[in-house]
Amino acid sequence: MGLTLFEKLWSEHVVEAYDDGTDLVYIDRIFLHERTGSIALASLEAQGRTVFCPEQVFCSMDHIVDTYPDRTDETTMPSGKEFILATRRHSHAAGITLFDLNDPRQGIVHVVSPEQGIVQPGVSLVCPDSHTCTQGAMGALAWGIGSSEAEHALVTKTLRVLRPKTMRVRFDGRLAPGVTAKDMILHLISTHGANGARGCAVEFTGQAVAELDMEGRMTLCNMAVEFSAFTGLIAPDEKTIAFLRGRPYAPAGALWQQAADYWRTLRSSPDARYDRELVIDCASLEPQVTWGTSPQHAVGISACVPAADGLDAATAESQRQACAYIGLAPGQALAGLPIDAAFIGSCTNSRISDLRQAAAVLRGRQVAKGLRAICVPGSMQVKAQAEAEGLDQIFTAAGFEWRASGCSMCFFAGGEHFGYRERVISTTNRNFESRQGPETRTHLASPVTVAASAVRGCITDPRELLQP
Amino acid sequence: MMDKFTRHEGVAAVLLRSNVDTDAIIPSREMKRVSKEGLGEGLFAGWRYLAGAGRQKNPGFVLNQDGYQGASILLSGPNFGCGSSREHAVWALKEFGFRAVIAPGFGAIFASNCVRNGILPLVLAAGQVAKIAEWVAADPARNRVVIDLPAQQVEAAGQVYSFDIEPGARQMLVEGLDSVALTQTRWDLIQAFHERRRLSRPWLY
Ligand code: SF4
Repeated sequence: MGLTLFEKLWSEHVVEAYDDGTDLVYIDRIFLHERTGSIALASLEAQGRTVFCPEQVFCSMDHIVDTYPDRTDETTMPSGKEFILATRRHSHAAGITLFDLNDPRQGIVHVVSPEQGIVQPGVSLVCPDSHTCTQGAMGALAWGIGSSEAEHALVTKTLRVLRPKTMRVRFDGRLAPGVTAKDMILHLISTHGANGARGCAVEFTGQAVAELDMEGRMTLCNMAVEFSAFTGLIAPDEKTIAFLRGRPYAPAGALWQQAADYWRTLRSSPDARYDRELVIDCASLEPQVTWGTSPQHAVGISACVPAADGLDAATAESQRQACAYIGLAPGQALAGLPIDAAFIGSCTNSRISDLRQAAAVLRGRQVAKGLRAICVPGSMQVKAQAEAEGLDQIFTAAGFEWRASGCSMCFFAGGEHFGYRERVISTTNRNFESRQGPETRTHLASPVTVAASAVRGCITDPRELLQP
Repeated sequence: MMDKFTRHEGVAAVLLRSNVDTDAIIPSREMKRVSKEGLGEGLFAGWRYLAGAGRQKNPGFVLNQDGYQGASILLSGPNFGCGSSREHAVWALKEFGFRAVIAPGFGAIFASNCVRNGILPLVLAAGQVAKIAEWVAADPARNRVVIDLPAQQVEAAGQVYSFDIEPGARQMLVEGLDSVALTQTRWDLIQAFHERRRLSRPWLY
């Protein structure tokens, strides 16, 4: 019996296997950011430990930096400067590559890593950030870890990990216009629950996945962690290889051919067996939006807040708390619900194709009066590309703020945030309580849905605004 | 070296919600320093304190209620610690005085962070957690939960519950091992693997 792609990648990296089901896994590359990486590097220094292979370690400033155009080391977030200075000092001392504040390559780690060609098919890559699974879209073994594990990986270039089980999610059929990768993953999580893939590495396959561009595949894998997966991944194909060609850290010359030949072998064997398999039909999929405080609280945009009938006690109680928090009652419709703000950004949906899709809705239109709308490109490269295409003009003419890159208002750390109890429609990945500001009410959706809702001032099915 | 975990007896706090995420355990705005310390006060800040009122305690939250003072064990719902990888969630629980969390399941990164900081993520079935919670809630100060990690048993509500844990994680907790030092004993193997990989996948180096 053949192996799954995940099993192939995993076994290629096992240094030593133990009989309790854990393996010592070799880590090719490590990414850090100033929020958690700073602590890992500082802790190493305090223990007198050093980074084993600094040329394979990268760091970005994304979480704490401001996204105002004229930003400096000073931050809106209280004490943010301390993180920035510590990261800079420790990165230089450790000899790792830092994409600093004013570097034209700066951006959100999970956007920068593929963009620079640092994550490649077949590599193992870890980062002390849960959305590292995004990078599995490149056919890599990429997963999020904690700070102590980051210290371990930095010093030993390995991690001891319980070997995950395997799951395949096959997305059959074609997406209708106005329906995106974001809708696929929200639908998957709402159908099978926020812990539906606990302990599993999830491979996404099927026609709808094959037809996604690389950015869409990254959106899909990004939210694998919201499904409780160990990671998500997608087998590399010609799109993956074309995406990598010419990127700064991608192989060049004779090594390019050698690498590409190897990448083409990276796929699950036809007779491979997965521990679990799920199938989702995409043909009938609607744009999705969340109504509550967990990504599993997603429904089709024409649906209502569900009733708690037939749920177990803990789930019913969480659902009740979610309704109370978000200010909605079961049976209430989502479409038409007035919103205070719209946010396009984050490692989920801030890449060039996301911005192009949103701009297609916004072209020649204005956001609703009194609504605050913000667009934060995922990296300074994305920003430059968007500006070269004139997308920034479309966003600003529509009334969107056009920002420098970073995590920005994807999360609230005491700095910039949405107002108390404001209702926000957002392309981010987490609608947790107070995630985007004090008691803010976040509704997750795709860039097109967010753009359409910004125009109307209420949650809106984007298909109503898309040209036929 | 971290604190060893062998047998622990303590007051258990009941927080029976599902999907308690690490943003709720330690909100981002409470992570103020480049440090693993000073986080206990921010533990569950969004629930523990009243909104917009500085540090005024919310009397409705379990950790502010009579009988739960000095709690060192937390009972919760499925998928506890999901979401952000922030290890601050574990550092905050630890600083507050928690040694174990009992739930029907955990976010994977959170569980691994726990083990590396001497906190036991203990999995019991939802029905068992609910039963213990009910017994604890009847008289939290007196109905203390006992955890015996080497024996993999929990004593509560007049019963003994067995639980599973990966042997590697158990060993790390029981012996209070430093995982980096442990792995460094495999240095020769790692070095050899590294050299072989340089040859087999030269474009990565
Ligand atoms: S954009 Fe949001 S989810 Fe992504 S890494 Fe930044 S804070 Fe985390």
